[in-house]
Amino acid sequence: MLRYALKRLISLMISLAVASVVIFAVIEVAPGDPASFMLGVNAQEDTLAALRAELGLDGSKLERYFNWVSGMLVGDFGTSYTYRTPVSQMIADRMWVSLPLALYALTLSTLIAFPAGIYAAARRGKPGDLTVMGATQLGIAVPNFWFAMMLVLIFAINLRWFNAGGFAGWDQGLWTGLHSLTLPAIALALPQAAILARVMRSSLLDILGEDFMRTARAKGLSRRQALWRHGVRNALIPVLTIIGLQFSFLLAGSIIIEQVFYLPGLGRLVFQAISARDLIVVESVVMLLVFAVITVNFLVDLAYAAVDPRLRSRT
Amino acid sequence: MSLLEVENLSLSIHGAPILKKINLSIDPGQIVAVTGESGSGKSMTALAVMQLLPNGAQTQGEIRLEGRDVLTTPEAEMCALRGAAIGMVFQEPMTALNPVKTIGDQVMETILIHKAMPATQALDRTKEVLRRVGLPPERFPLSRYPHELSGGQRQRVVIAMAIALRPTLLIADEPTTALDVTTQAQILDLLKGLVREYGMGLLMITHDLAVVADMADQIVVMRHGEVVEAGPTDDLLRNMQHPYTRMLFEASGHQVALPDTAGDRPLLEVTQVVRDYHLPRKGLFDKPGHHRAVDQVSFTLNRGERLGLVGESGCGKSTLTRAILGLEEVQAGEIRLDGAPVFTGHKPNPAVRRKMQVVFQDPYGSFNPRHKVARLITEPFHLLDTPPTGTERQDRIAEMLTAVGLSPNDAGKYIHEFSGGQRQRIAIARALIIRPELILFDEAVSALDVSVRAQILDLLAELCATYDLTYLFISHDLSVVRTITDRVMVMQAGKIVEQGETEQVFTHPQHSYTRTLIDAAPVLPDIGALAG
Amino acid sequence: MSRNLILGALLASLVLLAALVSFVWTPYDHAALDIPGKLKTPSAQNWFGTDHFGRDMFSMIMVGARTSIAVALVAVGIGMALGVPLGLTAAARKGSWLDEVIMRGNDLVFAFPSLVIAILITAVFGAGAINAIIAIGIFNIPVFARITRGAALSLWEREFILAARVSGKGAARISAEHILPNVANLLIVQGTIQFSLGILAEAGLSYVGLGAQPPTPSWGRMLADAQTMVSFAPHLALIPGLAIIVTVLGLNLLGDGLRDWLDPRIRVARA
Repeated sequence: MLRYALKRLISLMISLAVASVVIFAVIEVAPGDPASFMLGVNAQEDTLAALRAELGLDGSKLERYFNWVSGMLVGDFGTSYTYRTPVSQMIADRMWVSLPLALYALTLSTLIAFPAGIYAAARRGKPGDLTVMGATQLGIAVPNFWFAMMLVLIFAINLRWFNAGGFAGWDQGLWTGLHSLTLPAIALALPQAAILARVMRSSLLDILGEDFMRTARAKGLSRRQALWRHGVRNALIPVLTIIGLQFSFLLAGSIIIEQVFYLPGLGRLVFQAISARDLIVVESVVMLLVFAVITVNFLVDLAYAAVDPRLRSRT
Repeated sequence: MSLLEVENLSLSIHGAPILKKINLSIDPGQIVAVTGESGSGKSMTALAVMQLLPNGAQTQGEIRLEGRDVLTTPEAEMCALRGAAIGMVFQEPMTALNPVKTIGDQVMETILIHKAMPATQALDRTKEVLRRVGLPPERFPLSRYPHELSGGQRQRVVIAMAIALRPTLLIADEPTTALDVTTQAQILDLLKGLVREYGMGLLMITHDLAVVADMADQIVVMRHGEVVEAGPTDDLLRNMQHPYTRMLFEASGHQVALPDTAGDRPLLEVTQVVRDYHLPRKGLFDKPGHHRAVDQVSFTLNRGERLGLVGESGCGKSTLTRAILGLEEVQAGEIRLDGAPVFTGHKPNPAVRRKMQVVFQDPYGSFNPRHKVARLITEPFHLLDTPPTGTERQDRIAEMLTAVGLSPNDAGKYIHEFSGGQRQRIAIARALIIRPELILFDEAVSALDVSVRAQILDLLAELCATYDLTYLFISHDLSVVRTITDRVMVMQAGKIVEQGETEQVFTHPQHSYTRTLIDAAPVLPDIGALAG
Repeated sequence: MSRNLILGALLASLVLLAALVSFVWTPYDHAALDIPGKLKTPSAQNWFGTDHFGRDMFSMIMVGARTSIAVALVAVGIGMALGVPLGLTAAARKGSWLDEVIMRGNDLVFAFPSLVIAILITAVFGAGAINAIIAIGIFNIPVFARITRGAALSLWEREFILAARVSGKGAARISAEHILPNVANLLIVQGTIQFSLGILAEAGLSYVGLGAQPPTPSWGRMLADAQTMVSFAPHLALIPGLAIIVTVLGLNLLGDGLRDWLDPRIRVARA
């Protein structure tokens, strides 16, 4: 088990290293001179030199890359060109909106999808199954940001149960914070839950056809007992992969959803940075997003091993 | 009163009739074998007794277990019977166990699900039954997972689950078909012992008549969902009434007469061949380990000779086959065909390759479903420098299809229009079409029903006469190898432990492993002698 | 043919038809402003109403369908054109360094959701429909590579492939002659699904301003424009949303229907 975890960890490091090179190449190498890109074509040479010095953009590309990476390792993400403040500080504030939102949505999605998928699989071909499948078919087709607008229209503008946008902040207490993230989380979660429920159902149906399910029935387990005791855990193995993939969709999705609800998260930060040509901020936020996705996939790999003993004993 | 009585059982699935008025009965302590070829409905009979039939199944008639009609028993009560009064063992031990639960949990589940005893006692009972089936907890802790056990060991776990609550009836559906012959013998002994010890009735489903003759007190022969003949084993074997029964027994022990051959010029020379497979590294910085699948193998196959290669699964015979075919490179030694090496400079040698062809085991996986027969059987033409075209190609196709007992018109059909036996004929046509010097038969008749297998063996004997075949016949089935080869090699753990004239090896085996193999193989009684 | 297949094909071809017809005919000029006639609700004159500049929504939806379909279709094309050969190569060289590089590369791309790729591209090169195509297309490559490799690997184990190898055929020839035709169905089904995901992704990107730029109409940007007016002109948000839903639903039903329709044939061919 430890060896397996270590192996995955090494592969995580390599992925992060390669990802950082790719991001650096696009942001700092592709536009030629980042400083003149940020200041525009009419900038004076001495202003450019000053900016380069300030942002650490003088020096060779290799040098800059290692400065950037080694800075990140100690939590220094450089300085924002527009705000002249440390990027790490800006990110830290925004992360406490985006990350909880993605996790909130992931929890909701899982809580909805598992029961729905298991219910549908257990009633394969019956009205209950067809209803769930019809609903998920629709759920997959709905764009989450449009769904968010409809939620705002119904629950904020008409029913006034929630605010139409904005974030109260965590200082007001956990409940207030969660309350203002609830509509965004639902908007993110439902379309993903629809996908996850379908995967759960088809994975369970595959398992139901396995020989060991018949063995379980031959031991005297009822259909339901066999499903719960032998089906669900085996069905989880492919479902875990999807959960890992979903996290990256949720994180990306939350960037879009933040626009609907005017949430001060990473999404707003990155779009402001793009329009202000603040490359340093874009670079750091993208690296952070990629880091989150890779880390979650590492955790999913570990979860695999917890579910499947065949992986544990392999090296 | 019988333990199990099946009366006039008919079964249809989505309206298609599967069983027609089946009758059979089992007494306590009795072994009843239901036998027949695929599609005879023997497995469905077993599933009907368990009431584990697929969706859309409709039954008529009666199945009485200790006087109680199973067909009218509600599902909740059937759950109470399954595992407690009836146990069942399945064919495929590799997939019959849940891969994510320990063997201890899975065996104990039988006991706990029926609330037969408190948990501590259940644990003791679990250890006891696992010990009884030959998996003592000292050597096989309850915390083992199925993937840590061999096929035979897994089948023992399945048996332990089935007998944990001492059921009065045990159903075994082809329990040893997926196992090696030596393992099969052990599992059959175990089942016999359990029947004797617990006084259970055993309903055994098997296609293997040698197993039937060896195990059963009563035989039921089925075909197309009907019982064609039934009776006590000795009587039935002595006095077969139905022509189908006779045909089945004749085909099971089918003998062919190979034409004489005087081969003394070597065709295939295998010298000191070694094939290693890399194993995953044990630690991050360890050297990768390796598994020696073929270990210093040497032999010579003369032109015109029919050579057999027998061994159990994992002995290296498939690896050796792939090496001879030039599909994989060997680590040491040399394989020469007609004097030229199969591999030259890490590349298979095309000039050598066109001198050999192969027939595989699986008639269903051996053909691209999207191509027509003409294209399928002419694939080896790719090996020729100037492949025949136009009418010459048509003639070759027609000749080959006729030679294997099919019609030239079949060339325009897709493979799914053919039965398993016909597909194997097409596979032989594909192998023969470039007139190779050597053909490898890799378990080529192992997936076929006995009657079809007999026909294919006859076809081979015929082709030997017309085309002077030289072949290497790889099989786990000793009886087939015995009739279809002149000389035989026995392989164990990557080494050839014995080789010699086929009859000589079978009647006077020299190596202890050969003796074990021959002793373990169930033998079909000589029907002629019995009848006389 | 199942109901799914028929309904899906019907919905999808409806949208496709709207996009094609828009080249020769729309009820009004989709860009013509009519400030006095702004924010009209659906009526006989303007079937889907008008927007805040008085533009005819029906015409805009028709032209917007062009953008969505073009972006998603080209992105699927990129994914297939690069992903399928990569998947075939990885399967043919299973376990080699090449396989390892391709699969690790796949994993790496999966760590960059298409939105992140779009952000990266836009930050440096500016926004546009081409960026959306590239971003979605890049993300499609590993999807097709992975599914092709998975299906090809199980085919390589089959005996008819061994027979082809015994007949002296090389990996490239076997991949083209035996593997590709047998994974084609799977690719068609996956292509339909990626097409529908592409429609969704394009809408999302243009909603946040990373997709097609004005004056090219796109459903996502119509939604972004509608956002501030949703309380008093909900049809501005409802109609583009429903257009997306109909398209995606249609493609998904088509994909499901194709899978059911193509699959039994394979099974029959095998049985």
